[in-house]
Amino acid sequence: MAYLDLIDISKDFSGGRAQGTTVAVKDFNLSIERGELVSFLGPSGCGKTTTLRMVAGFETPSRGAIKLNGEDISRRPPNQRHVGMVFQAYALFPNMTVADNIGFGLRIAKKPKEEMRNRVDEMLGLIRMPELGDRYPYQLSGGQQQRVALARALAVQPAVLLLDEPLSALDAKIRVELRSEIRRIQQQLGITTIYVTHDQEEALSISDRVVVMNAGMTEQVGKPFEIYNYPATSFVASFVGTLNQLRCTVADAEKGKLAYDSQQFTTSSPVRGARGATVTVMLRPEELRFGAQEGENSLTGKVETVTFLGAIVRIRVNMGTALVIVDALNERTLKLPEVGQTQTVSFPPHACWVMTEA
Amino acid sequence: MKRANVWSWVIVFIGLVYFFLPLVATFLFSMRAELGHLGFSAYRYVFSDPGFASNFGYSLRWAVLTIIASLLLVVPTVYWVHLRVPHLRPVVEFLSLFPFVVPAVVLAFGLIKTYCCPPFALKVSPALLIAAYVILSLPYMFRSVDAGLRAIDVRTLTEAAQSLGAGWITVLFRVIFPNLRVAILSGVFLTFAIVIGEFTFASLFAWPAFGPYMVLMGQSRAYEPAALSVVSFILTWASIGVIQWVGRGAPGGAQVAGVR
Repeated sequence: MAYLDLIDISKDFSGGRAQGTTVAVKDFNLSIERGELVSFLGPSGCGKTTTLRMVAGFETPSRGAIKLNGEDISRRPPNQRHVGMVFQAYALFPNMTVADNIGFGLRIAKKPKEEMRNRVDEMLGLIRMPELGDRYPYQLSGGQQQRVALARALAVQPAVLLLDEPLSALDAKIRVELRSEIRRIQQQLGITTIYVTHDQEEALSISDRVVVMNAGMTEQVGKPFEIYNYPATSFVASFVGTLNQLRCTVADAEKGKLAYDSQQFTTSSPVRGARGATVTVMLRPEELRFGAQEGENSLTGKVETVTFLGAIVRIRVNMGTALVIVDALNERTLKLPEVGQTQTVSFPPHACWVMTEA
Repeated sequence: MKRANVWSWVIVFIGLVYFFLPLVATFLFSMRAELGHLGFSAYRYVFSDPGFASNFGYSLRWAVLTIIASLLLVVPTVYWVHLRVPHLRPVVEFLSLFPFVVPAVVLAFGLIKTYCCPPFALKVSPALLIAAYVILSLPYMFRSVDAGLRAIDVRTLTEAAQSLGAGWITVLFRVIFPNLRVAILSGVFLTFAIVIGEFTFASLFAWPAFGPYMVLMGQSRAYEPAALSVVSFILTWASIGVIQWVGRGAPGGAQVAGVR
């Protein structure tokens, strides 16, 4: 038994007689250990926020159970769950100062005034805003408001911290800063955390584990490294990171030989299917390099676009039936291919894998 | 000055004249009670008449009771509609417009007929009058509270408070009401202004009030009704002034997200 168990939970929403029932979450299972940060990652409408809201108590599961420390909390009202939540829209109380916002939960819990004051000061220190306790929310920037929202949720020392796309309303630079800040605070306090996001970079950078969700179901649960490098399904492979997908035919399944148009290459990934069967081969753009390399596969195509993205340069190569993306790490000495030039793209056999379901 | 600006000022001037001219005329007329010179004798008469204080006192009482009943009915209802059944908002909004659709006389007779005899014999108590005033003020109270709730993210604020351990009563009194202060005050003072001058219900339900008193005064005196009109205008404007003054200090307003 883990610290937080989500056991076979499902959530159906009735859309009235005309629309019938929508299944938002289906047979969701997850065990979270104490102190772990788990991200729910997926596209809009995949059920990640609904699952989070079920943990918070704002939605009741249609089926299944949520157990916190062995205790079933599925039907407990949200104000009795001892679960802190940070919202995308900050949700600071506009009529209260920063200090009052942070102290709100403590006041509800009827903590002594001295303890309350100390805790509020401690939280202001934790979010590095010790001087701003007297400000009102409208006097703060978006990033500062979200820090206060985090401090407010943490002040009551919740059993679990829930973050519902907390950085979505912020600009890119603040987002990167604040996500590191959230991870630092989470690790410092050792608080069990669920983080909902549709931003893969965010999920991969701060999580102990990532749950990739699609259409109300779990596609894969794993560490960020596993999710990125060993995707379990084609959805995970295409949703997390950029991916090249090539429709190939099996030349020799036993030896891992595949054919793309008339060009043959080898994969170290297991290949299923008879000779001539069609399979989908996945290749990460950063695994591809220009020029033939000894002991590696190579495919030839015509350079279509070269896009400078700062740290990397993205080159699209027309391989006939597919456009293959090649990401080259930007260096001052990098020689960029010309548009229209015919180029050989090479990759090691272990870099390409064949999806079992394809 | 550009030609468009000149025309804007001309339109504003015409509007001001159209609005203030009758008021000035009423005021000047109310000052002519004494032959040959302008004076406040009509006002002195009005304020010394025992009927003024007692009828105004009654209207004040009806207004306070109406405001309490309205707030208890409208604020939790509209809050609940916003939070739980937002798709029913147009229905509630339509219901709130009934006083504009059903004439006051029709409504008064309907209420008298329904509640004149047991089991709902309310006519002998002011409850029926208050109920009628609640209906009459519904469009104003509903719209004020509704606008206030639309300006804040009710659902997120409620959930944020709940996640911090707050129950429904705490959420309402510590989070929602303080952020609706200006909206509630608008509804309160509009209700106040309506009830203070209301004639039809008070007259048909045979309860003393300021409206019937003004009409009665108009039947027997010449200048004093004009003085009463000016007094009731001043009271209404004073109410609006109080809204502005109280609302001035509301921190944060309705912002829930983003930088101001």
